[in-house]
Amino acid sequence: MREINTSQITAAIRDLCIKANTHLGEDVLAAFHKAIELEVSPTGKDILEKLVENARIAQEKGIPICQDTGFAVVFVELGQEVHLVGGDLKEAINEGVRQGYQEGYLRKSVCHPFTRKNTGDNTPAVIHIDVVPGDRIRLIVAPKGGGSENMSRVTMLTPAVGIQGVKDFVVQRIKESGANPCPPTIVGVGIGGTFETAALLAKRALLRPLGSQNPNAELASLEAELYEKINALGIGPQGLGGRITSLAVHVAMMESHIASLPVAVNVQCHAARHKEMVI
Amino acid sequence: MSDAIRLTPPLSDEDVEGLQAGDRVLISGTIYTGRDAAHKRLIDLIHSGEPLPIEIKGQIIYYVGPSPAKPGMAVGAAGPTTSYRMDAYAPELIRLGLKGMIGKGARGQAVKNAMVKHKAIYFAAIGGAGALMAQAIKKAELVAYEDLGPEAIRRLEVEEFPVIVVNDVQGNDLYEEGIKEYAI
Repeated sequence: MREINTSQITAAIRDLCIKANTHLGEDVLAAFHKAIELEVSPTGKDILEKLVENARIAQEKGIPICQDTGFAVVFVELGQEVHLVGGDLKEAINEGVRQGYQEGYLRKSVCHPFTRKNTGDNTPAVIHIDVVPGDRIRLIVAPKGGGSENMSRVTMLTPAVGIQGVKDFVVQRIKESGANPCPPTIVGVGIGGTFETAALLAKRALLRPLGSQNPNAELASLEAELYEKINALGIGPQGLGGRITSLAVHVAMMESHIASLPVAVNVQCHAARHKEMVI
Repeated sequence: MSDAIRLTPPLSDEDVEGLQAGDRVLISGTIYTGRDAAHKRLIDLIHSGEPLPIEIKGQIIYYVGPSPAKPGMAVGAAGPTTSYRMDAYAPELIRLGLKGMIGKGARGQAVKNAMVKHKAIYFAAIGGAGALMAQAIKKAELVAYEDLGPEAIRRLEVEEFPVIVVNDVQGNDLYEEGIKEYAI
Protein backbone atom coordinates (compact mmCIF):
# COMPACT_ATOMS: atom_id res chain seq x y z
CA MET A 1 0.00 0.00 0.00
CA ARG A 2 1.14 3.53 -0.73
CA GLU A 3 0.08 6.18 1.75
CA ILE A 4 -1.19 9.50 0.43
CA ASN A 5 -2.24 12.32 2.73
CA THR A 6 -5.50 13.96 1.75
CA SER A 7 -3.88 17.39 2.30
CA GLN A 8 -1.98 16.69 -0.95
CA ILE A 9 -5.32 16.19 -2.67
CA THR A 10 -6.64 19.50 -1.32
CA ALA A 11 -3.58 21.34 -2.65
CA ALA A 12 -3.84 19.63 -6.03
CA ILE A 13 -7.54 20.42 -6.42
CA ARG A 14 -6.95 24.06 -5.45
CA ASP A 15 -4.26 24.43 -8.13
CA LEU A 16 -6.28 22.56 -10.76
CA CYS A 17 -9.36 24.77 -10.19
CA ILE A 18 -7.28 27.90 -10.80
CA LYS A 19 -5.30 26.53 -13.72
CA ALA A 20 -8.32 25.03 -15.49
CA ASN A 21 -10.14 28.35 -15.35
CA THR A 22 -7.27 30.53 -16.57
CA HIS A 23 -5.31 28.30 -19.00
CA LEU A 24 -7.17 26.98 -22.02
CA GLY A 25 -5.82 23.65 -23.30
CA GLU A 26 -3.47 23.56 -26.30
CA ASP A 27 -5.88 21.16 -28.01
CA VAL A 28 -8.69 23.73 -27.79
CA LEU A 29 -6.45 26.51 -29.11
CA ALA A 30 -5.39 24.27 -32.02
CA ALA A 31 -9.09 23.62 -32.73
CA PHE A 32 -9.73 27.41 -32.77
CA HIS A 33 -6.95 27.91 -35.34
CA LYS A 34 -8.31 25.13 -37.52
CA ALA A 35 -11.80 26.64 -37.21
CA ILE A 36 -10.51 30.08 -38.30
CA GLU A 37 -9.26 28.46 -41.51
CA LEU A 38 -12.53 26.63 -42.14
CA GLU A 39 -15.00 29.37 -41.22
CA VAL A 40 -16.48 31.21 -44.20
CA SER A 41 -18.50 33.86 -42.30
CA PRO A 42 -16.45 37.06 -41.72
CA THR A 43 -18.25 37.65 -38.40
CA GLY A 44 -17.64 34.03 -37.42
CA LYS A 45 -13.95 34.27 -38.27
CA ASP A 46 -13.67 37.52 -36.30
CA ILE A 47 -15.28 35.88 -33.26
CA LEU A 48 -12.94 32.88 -33.43
CA GLU A 49 -9.93 35.21 -33.57
CA LYS A 50 -11.28 37.03 -30.52
CA LEU A 51 -11.53 33.71 -28.66
CA VAL A 52 -7.82 33.12 -29.27
CA GLU A 53 -7.12 36.65 -28.01
CA ASN A 54 -9.36 36.03 -24.98
CA ALA A 55 -7.42 32.89 -24.04
CA ARG A 56 -4.15 34.81 -24.33
CA ILE A 57 -5.38 37.63 -22.05
CA ALA A 58 -6.72 35.15 -19.49
CA GLN A 59 -3.43 33.29 -19.29
CA GLU A 60 -1.26 36.42 -19.20
CA LYS A 61 -3.30 38.21 -16.54
CA GLY A 62 -4.28 35.11 -14.61
CA ILE A 63 -7.98 35.87 -14.92
CA PRO A 64 -10.74 33.44 -15.88
CA ILE A 65 -11.31 32.65 -19.57
CA CYS A 66 -15.04 33.00 -18.85
CA GLN A 67 -16.76 34.66 -15.88
CA ASP A 68 -18.79 31.49 -15.42
CA THR A 69 -16.07 29.51 -13.70
CA GLY A 70 -18.55 26.73 -13.37
CA PHE A 71 -19.62 23.97 -11.09
CA ALA A 72 -16.41 22.17 -10.09
CA VAL A 73 -16.78 18.68 -11.56
CA VAL A 74 -14.02 16.44 -10.19
CA PHE A 75 -13.11 13.01 -11.55
CA VAL A 76 -11.01 10.84 -9.25
CA GLU A 77 -9.30 7.65 -10.40
CA LEU A 78 -8.20 6.11 -7.16
CA GLY A 79 -5.60 3.35 -7.32
CA GLN A 80 -6.73 0.38 -5.24
CA GLU A 81 -3.29 0.13 -3.66
CA VAL A 82 -3.53 3.64 -2.23
CA HIS A 83 -4.14 4.09 1.47
CA LEU A 84 -5.57 7.54 2.13
CA VAL A 85 -4.64 9.17 5.43
CA GLY A 86 -5.30 12.58 6.95
CA GLY A 87 -9.06 12.79 6.61
CA ASP A 88 -12.11 12.37 4.45
CA LEU A 89 -11.43 12.30 0.68
CA LYS A 90 -14.56 14.19 -0.36
CA GLU A 91 -14.01 16.85 2.28
CA ALA A 92 -10.40 17.22 1.07
CA ILE A 93 -11.69 17.78 -2.48
CA ASN A 94 -14.30 20.29 -1.35
CA GLU A 95 -11.67 22.15 0.66
CA GLY A 96 -9.50 22.33 -2.46
CA VAL A 97 -12.43 23.78 -4.42
CA ARG A 98 -13.12 26.27 -1.60
CA GLN A 99 -9.48 27.44 -1.58
CA GLY A 100 -9.11 27.50 -5.36
CA TYR A 101 -12.25 29.55 -5.99
CA GLN A 102 -11.36 32.01 -3.23
CA GLU A 103 -7.64 32.41 -3.93
CA GLY A 104 -8.06 32.35 -7.71
CA TYR A 105 -10.73 35.10 -7.81
CA LEU A 106 -13.11 32.62 -9.42
CA ARG A 107 -16.86 33.17 -9.41
CA LYS A 108 -18.95 31.24 -6.90
CA SER A 109 -21.86 29.89 -8.88
CA VAL A 110 -23.41 27.23 -6.64
CA CYS A 111 -26.75 27.92 -4.95
CA HIS A 112 -29.85 26.38 -3.35
CA PRO A 113 -32.14 25.21 -6.17
CA PHE A 114 -35.25 26.99 -4.83
CA THR A 115 -34.14 29.96 -2.73
CA ARG A 116 -31.15 30.54 -5.06
CA LYS A 117 -29.04 31.40 -2.00
CA ASN A 118 -25.37 31.11 -2.96
CA THR A 119 -23.28 28.70 -0.88
CA GLY A 120 -20.53 31.33 -1.07
CA ASP A 121 -17.56 29.07 -1.77
CA ASN A 122 -18.57 27.11 -4.89
CA THR A 123 -18.99 23.90 -2.90
CA PRO A 124 -20.16 21.23 -2.93
CA ALA A 125 -18.19 19.92 -5.89
CA VAL A 126 -19.64 17.21 -8.12
CA ILE A 127 -17.35 14.25 -7.45
CA HIS A 128 -17.06 11.05 -9.51
CA ILE A 129 -14.81 8.39 -7.98
CA ASP A 130 -13.56 5.32 -9.81
CA VAL A 131 -11.36 2.68 -8.21
CA VAL A 132 -8.65 1.53 -10.63
CA PRO A 133 -5.57 -0.71 -10.48
CA GLY A 134 -2.32 0.81 -9.22
CA ASP A 135 -0.98 2.96 -6.40
CA ARG A 136 -1.63 6.43 -7.77
CA ILE A 137 -4.47 8.94 -7.81
CA ARG A 138 -5.43 10.79 -10.97
CA LEU A 139 -7.44 13.95 -10.38
CA ILE A 140 -9.28 15.80 -13.15
CA VAL A 141 -11.01 19.13 -12.53
CA ALA A 142 -13.50 20.09 -15.23
CA PRO A 143 -15.34 23.33 -14.33
CA LYS A 144 -18.71 23.28 -16.12
CA GLY A 145 -20.55 26.46 -17.04
CA GLY A 146 -24.32 26.75 -16.73
CA GLY A 147 -25.08 28.11 -20.21
CA SER A 148 -23.97 25.00 -22.07
CA GLU A 149 -25.04 22.58 -19.32
CA ASN A 150 -28.59 23.98 -19.60
CA MET A 151 -28.71 22.89 -23.25
CA SER A 152 -27.80 19.26 -22.39
CA ARG A 153 -30.40 16.48 -22.38
CA VAL A 154 -30.89 12.79 -21.62
CA THR A 155 -33.56 10.79 -23.41
CA MET A 156 -34.68 7.16 -23.40
CA LEU A 157 -35.28 6.28 -27.05
CA THR A 158 -37.26 3.30 -28.27
CA PRO A 159 -34.74 0.73 -29.56
CA ALA A 160 -36.65 0.55 -32.87
CA VAL A 161 -35.41 4.02 -33.87
CA GLY A 162 -31.86 2.65 -33.99
CA ILE A 163 -28.76 4.63 -34.87
CA GLN A 164 -30.78 7.01 -37.06
CA GLY A 165 -32.87 7.95 -34.01
CA VAL A 166 -29.69 8.70 -32.08
CA LYS A 167 -28.35 10.92 -34.88
CA ASP A 168 -31.65 12.79 -35.17
CA PHE A 169 -31.79 13.42 -31.42
CA VAL A 170 -28.24 14.78 -31.25
CA VAL A 171 -28.57 17.08 -34.28
CA GLN A 172 -31.99 18.33 -33.17
CA ARG A 173 -30.61 19.14 -29.70
CA ILE A 174 -27.82 21.26 -31.17
CA LYS A 175 -30.22 22.94 -33.58
CA GLU A 176 -32.59 23.89 -30.77
CA SER A 177 -29.71 25.10 -28.59
CA GLY A 178 -28.85 27.75 -31.18
CA ALA A 179 -26.65 30.51 -29.78
CA ASN A 180 -27.32 29.67 -26.12
CA PRO A 181 -24.41 27.31 -25.30
CA CYS A 182 -21.72 29.66 -26.70
CA PRO A 183 -20.85 27.97 -29.97
CA PRO A 184 -18.50 26.73 -31.28
CA THR A 185 -19.27 23.88 -28.92
CA ILE A 186 -17.96 20.42 -28.27
CA VAL A 187 -20.71 17.84 -28.26
CA GLY A 188 -20.39 14.95 -25.83
CA VAL A 189 -22.69 12.03 -26.66
CA GLY A 190 -23.28 9.08 -24.33
CA ILE A 191 -25.16 6.06 -25.63
CA GLY A 192 -26.31 3.01 -23.70
CA GLY A 193 -26.10 1.93 -20.08
CA THR A 194 -28.87 3.19 -17.84
CA PHE A 195 -30.36 6.68 -17.51
CA GLU A 196 -27.48 8.07 -15.43
CA THR A 197 -24.72 6.15 -17.24
CA ALA A 198 -25.61 7.77 -20.55
CA ALA A 199 -25.18 11.21 -19.00
CA LEU A 200 -21.87 10.29 -17.38
CA LEU A 201 -20.55 8.76 -20.61
CA ALA A 202 -21.42 12.00 -22.41
CA LYS A 203 -19.64 14.09 -19.78
CA ARG A 204 -16.55 11.88 -19.80
CA ALA A 205 -16.45 12.05 -23.61
CA LEU A 206 -15.84 15.78 -23.26
CA LEU A 207 -12.54 15.09 -21.50
CA ARG A 208 -11.04 13.39 -24.55
CA PRO A 209 -8.46 15.69 -26.20
CA LEU A 210 -9.76 17.58 -29.23
CA GLY A 211 -8.31 16.26 -32.46
CA SER A 212 -7.95 12.73 -31.08
CA GLN A 213 -9.36 9.76 -32.95
CA ASN A 214 -12.03 7.57 -31.37
CA PRO A 215 -10.41 4.10 -31.11
CA ASN A 216 -13.73 2.46 -31.97
CA ALA A 217 -14.19 2.64 -35.77
CA GLU A 218 -17.98 2.51 -35.57
CA LEU A 219 -18.04 5.47 -33.17
CA ALA A 220 -15.37 7.37 -35.12
CA SER A 221 -17.58 7.17 -38.19
CA LEU A 222 -20.63 8.28 -36.17
CA GLU A 223 -18.65 11.24 -34.81
CA ALA A 224 -17.63 12.29 -38.32
CA GLU A 225 -21.20 12.11 -39.60
CA LEU A 226 -22.61 14.06 -36.65
CA TYR A 227 -19.88 16.70 -37.05
CA GLU A 228 -20.87 17.20 -40.71
CA LYS A 229 -24.58 17.38 -39.94
CA ILE A 230 -24.18 19.79 -37.01
CA ASN A 231 -21.90 22.10 -38.96
CA ALA A 232 -24.38 22.15 -41.84
CA LEU A 233 -26.96 23.78 -39.53
CA GLY A 234 -25.51 27.25 -40.17
CA ILE A 235 -25.58 28.34 -36.50
CA GLY A 236 -21.90 29.29 -36.50
CA PRO A 237 -19.69 30.96 -33.87
CA GLN A 238 -21.92 32.60 -31.23
CA GLY A 239 -24.97 31.64 -33.31
CA LEU A 240 -24.49 34.60 -35.66
CA GLY A 241 -24.27 32.38 -38.73
CA GLY A 242 -21.39 30.28 -40.04
CA ARG A 243 -20.00 26.85 -40.72
CA ILE A 244 -18.33 26.14 -37.39
CA THR A 245 -21.09 25.40 -34.90
CA SER A 246 -19.12 22.64 -33.17
CA LEU A 247 -15.39 22.01 -32.96
CA ALA A 248 -15.86 18.29 -32.38
CA VAL A 249 -18.34 15.53 -31.55
CA HIS A 250 -17.16 12.89 -29.07
CA VAL A 251 -19.20 9.72 -28.64
CA ALA A 252 -18.89 7.12 -25.89
CA MET A 253 -21.02 3.98 -25.77
CA MET A 254 -21.72 0.91 -23.65
CA GLU A 255 -24.21 -1.92 -23.81
CA SER A 256 -27.83 -1.10 -23.07
CA HIS A 257 -30.80 -2.99 -21.62
CA ILE A 258 -32.82 -5.03 -24.15
CA ALA A 259 -35.73 -2.60 -23.62
CA SER A 260 -33.73 0.64 -23.78
CA LEU A 261 -31.70 2.98 -25.93
CA PRO A 262 -30.57 5.79 -23.61
CA VAL A 263 -28.87 8.78 -25.25
CA ALA A 264 -27.35 11.82 -23.57
CA VAL A 265 -26.03 14.98 -25.15
CA ASN A 266 -23.73 17.01 -22.94
CA VAL A 267 -23.01 20.34 -24.60
CA GLN A 268 -19.67 21.97 -23.82
CA CYS A 269 -19.04 25.63 -24.67
CA HIS A 270 -15.82 26.66 -26.42
CA ALA A 271 -14.29 27.38 -22.99
CA ALA A 272 -13.62 23.64 -22.72
CA ARG A 273 -11.72 23.65 -19.46
CA HIS A 274 -10.18 20.69 -17.72
CA LYS A 275 -6.84 20.07 -16.07
CA GLU A 276 -5.45 16.96 -14.42
CA MET A 277 -2.74 15.83 -12.06
CA VAL A 278 -1.42 12.46 -10.96
CA ILE A 279 -0.27 11.96 -7.39
CA MET B 1 -16.98 44.42 -42.24
CA SER B 2 -18.42 47.93 -41.92
CA ASP B 3 -17.16 50.43 -39.36
CA ALA B 4 -18.60 50.23 -35.88
CA ILE B 5 -21.27 52.66 -34.68
CA ARG B 6 -20.48 54.48 -31.43
CA LEU B 7 -23.16 54.83 -28.76
CA THR B 8 -23.28 56.44 -25.33
CA PRO B 9 -26.31 55.86 -23.06
CA PRO B 10 -28.84 57.17 -22.21
CA LEU B 11 -30.26 56.27 -25.62
CA SER B 12 -33.17 58.03 -27.33
CA ASP B 13 -35.75 56.56 -29.72
CA GLU B 14 -33.77 58.16 -32.55
CA ASP B 15 -30.54 56.46 -31.41
CA VAL B 16 -32.07 53.00 -31.52
CA GLU B 17 -34.04 53.60 -34.72
CA GLY B 18 -30.74 54.07 -36.53
CA LEU B 19 -29.51 50.58 -35.63
CA GLN B 20 -29.92 47.49 -37.81
CA ALA B 21 -29.46 43.81 -37.05
CA GLY B 22 -25.83 42.97 -37.88
CA ASP B 23 -24.42 46.42 -37.02
CA ARG B 24 -21.27 46.38 -34.94
CA VAL B 25 -21.50 48.86 -32.06
CA LEU B 26 -18.99 50.22 -29.54
CA ILE B 27 -20.64 51.38 -26.32
CA SER B 28 -18.95 53.92 -24.07
CA GLY B 29 -20.20 55.41 -20.81
CA THR B 30 -22.47 53.91 -18.17
CA ILE B 31 -24.28 50.56 -18.38
CA TYR B 32 -25.83 48.43 -15.63
CA THR B 33 -25.40 44.75 -14.81
CA GLY B 34 -28.37 42.57 -13.99
CA ARG B 35 -29.23 38.89 -14.32
CA ASP B 36 -31.76 36.35 -13.02
CA ALA B 37 -32.14 37.21 -9.33
CA ALA B 38 -31.79 41.00 -9.75
CA HIS B 39 -34.43 41.01 -12.49
CA LYS B 40 -36.85 39.15 -10.25
CA ARG B 41 -36.38 41.78 -7.54
CA LEU B 42 -36.85 44.68 -9.99
CA ILE B 43 -40.10 43.21 -11.26
CA ASP B 44 -41.32 42.57 -7.69
CA LEU B 45 -40.69 46.27 -6.91
CA ILE B 46 -42.60 47.36 -10.04
CA HIS B 47 -45.55 45.15 -9.13
CA SER B 48 -45.69 46.53 -5.60
CA GLY B 49 -45.44 50.11 -6.91
CA GLU B 50 -42.08 50.85 -5.28
CA PRO B 51 -39.21 52.83 -6.85
CA LEU B 52 -36.39 50.99 -8.59
CA PRO B 53 -32.78 51.30 -7.40
CA ILE B 54 -31.78 52.55 -10.88
CA GLU B 55 -33.43 54.88 -13.41
CA ILE B 56 -33.84 52.55 -16.36
CA LYS B 57 -35.19 55.07 -18.90
CA GLY B 58 -32.80 55.17 -21.85
CA GLN B 59 -30.38 52.75 -20.22
CA ILE B 60 -28.69 49.48 -21.21
CA ILE B 61 -28.67 46.40 -18.98
CA TYR B 62 -25.82 43.93 -19.45
CA TYR B 63 -26.73 40.37 -18.51
CA VAL B 64 -23.54 39.49 -16.68
CA GLY B 65 -22.31 38.11 -13.37
CA PRO B 66 -18.60 38.99 -13.36
CA SER B 67 -15.97 36.96 -11.58
CA PRO B 68 -14.37 38.78 -8.62
CA ALA B 69 -11.89 41.55 -9.45
CA LYS B 70 -8.24 40.93 -8.77
CA PRO B 71 -6.48 43.81 -6.97
CA GLY B 72 -6.05 46.74 -9.36
CA MET B 73 -8.78 45.61 -11.75
CA ALA B 74 -12.37 46.92 -12.08
CA VAL B 75 -13.87 43.45 -12.59
CA GLY B 76 -12.71 39.92 -13.23
CA ALA B 77 -13.91 38.14 -16.36
CA ALA B 78 -17.17 39.68 -17.58
CA GLY B 79 -18.78 38.08 -20.63
CA PRO B 80 -22.54 37.80 -21.23
CA THR B 81 -24.83 35.17 -19.77
CA THR B 82 -27.66 33.48 -21.71
CA SER B 83 -30.53 35.92 -22.18
CA TYR B 84 -33.65 33.74 -22.41
CA ARG B 85 -33.70 33.44 -18.63
CA MET B 86 -34.50 37.17 -18.47
CA ASP B 87 -37.32 36.90 -21.04
CA ALA B 88 -39.99 36.70 -18.35
CA TYR B 89 -38.91 40.09 -16.99
CA ALA B 90 -37.61 42.06 -19.99
CA PRO B 91 -40.90 43.24 -21.60
CA GLU B 92 -41.93 45.08 -18.41
CA LEU B 93 -38.56 46.90 -18.24
CA ILE B 94 -38.70 47.76 -21.95
CA ARG B 95 -42.19 49.23 -21.42
CA LEU B 96 -40.69 51.43 -18.70
CA GLY B 97 -38.06 52.80 -21.07
CA LEU B 98 -35.14 50.35 -21.08
CA LYS B 99 -33.45 50.89 -24.45
CA GLY B 100 -30.87 48.16 -24.65
CA MET B 101 -29.99 44.68 -23.40
CA ILE B 102 -26.67 42.93 -23.87
CA GLY B 103 -26.48 39.14 -23.62
CA LYS B 104 -26.18 36.04 -25.74
CA GLY B 105 -28.72 33.70 -27.29
CA ALA B 106 -32.15 34.21 -28.84
CA ARG B 107 -35.02 36.11 -27.20
CA GLY B 108 -38.63 35.01 -26.95
CA GLN B 109 -41.41 36.49 -29.07
CA ALA B 110 -42.82 38.64 -26.24
CA VAL B 111 -39.45 40.36 -25.82
CA LYS B 112 -39.10 40.85 -29.58
CA ASN B 113 -42.60 42.36 -29.74
CA ALA B 114 -41.83 44.72 -26.85
CA MET B 115 -38.59 45.82 -28.59
CA VAL B 116 -40.53 46.77 -31.74
CA LYS B 117 -43.42 48.42 -29.88
CA HIS B 118 -41.36 50.47 -27.41
CA LYS B 119 -38.17 50.84 -29.47
CA ALA B 120 -35.40 48.90 -27.80
CA ILE B 121 -32.40 46.91 -29.03
CA TYR B 122 -30.92 43.54 -28.12
CA PHE B 123 -27.17 43.31 -28.52
CA ALA B 124 -24.96 40.21 -28.40
CA ALA B 125 -21.55 40.25 -26.79
CA ILE B 126 -19.15 37.33 -27.28
CA GLY B 127 -20.13 34.62 -24.83
CA GLY B 128 -17.19 32.99 -23.12
CA ALA B 129 -14.79 35.82 -23.95
CA GLY B 130 -14.93 37.11 -20.39
CA ALA B 131 -11.27 38.06 -20.11
CA LEU B 132 -11.41 40.04 -23.36
CA MET B 133 -14.70 41.84 -22.55
CA ALA B 134 -13.34 42.86 -19.14
CA GLN B 135 -10.64 44.94 -20.86
CA ALA B 136 -13.36 47.41 -21.96
CA ILE B 137 -14.73 47.80 -18.41
CA LYS B 138 -12.92 50.60 -16.61
CA LYS B 139 -14.93 50.89 -13.40
CA ALA B 140 -17.53 48.85 -11.52
CA GLU B 141 -19.60 50.16 -8.63
CA LEU B 142 -22.17 48.30 -6.55
CA VAL B 143 -25.66 49.82 -6.88
CA ALA B 144 -28.01 47.32 -5.24
CA TYR B 145 -28.48 43.80 -3.89
CA GLU B 146 -24.98 43.14 -2.54
CA ASP B 147 -26.34 39.93 -0.98
CA LEU B 148 -26.73 38.47 -4.47
CA GLY B 149 -22.94 38.35 -4.89
CA PRO B 150 -22.12 37.97 -8.60
CA GLU B 151 -25.78 38.72 -9.38
CA ALA B 152 -25.82 42.16 -7.68
CA ILE B 153 -26.64 45.23 -9.79
CA ARG B 154 -23.48 47.15 -10.66
CA ARG B 155 -22.89 50.38 -12.57
CA LEU B 156 -20.14 49.82 -15.13
CA GLU B 157 -18.11 52.49 -16.87
CA VAL B 158 -17.16 51.07 -20.25
CA GLU B 159 -14.98 52.27 -23.12
CA GLU B 160 -15.68 50.98 -26.61
CA PHE B 161 -17.43 47.88 -25.32
CA PRO B 162 -17.92 45.74 -28.47
CA VAL B 163 -21.38 44.33 -29.27
CA ILE B 164 -23.42 43.32 -32.32
CA VAL B 165 -27.07 44.26 -32.93
CA VAL B 166 -29.19 41.08 -32.94
CA ASN B 167 -32.75 42.45 -32.72
CA ASP B 168 -33.57 45.90 -34.10
CA VAL B 169 -36.76 47.99 -33.86
CA GLN B 170 -37.90 46.78 -37.30
CA GLY B 171 -38.20 43.24 -35.95
CA ASN B 172 -35.11 41.79 -37.64
CA ASP B 173 -33.23 38.97 -35.89
CA LEU B 174 -29.57 38.34 -36.73
CA TYR B 175 -29.67 34.79 -35.34
CA GLU B 176 -32.42 33.83 -37.79
CA GLU B 177 -30.78 35.64 -40.70
CA GLY B 178 -27.35 34.16 -39.96
CA ILE B 179 -28.66 30.60 -40.00
CA LYS B 180 -30.57 31.22 -43.24
CA GLU B 181 -27.40 32.51 -44.87
CA TYR B 182 -25.09 29.69 -43.79
CA ALA B 183 -27.26 26.56 -43.46
CA ILE B 184 -26.38 23.93 -46.06
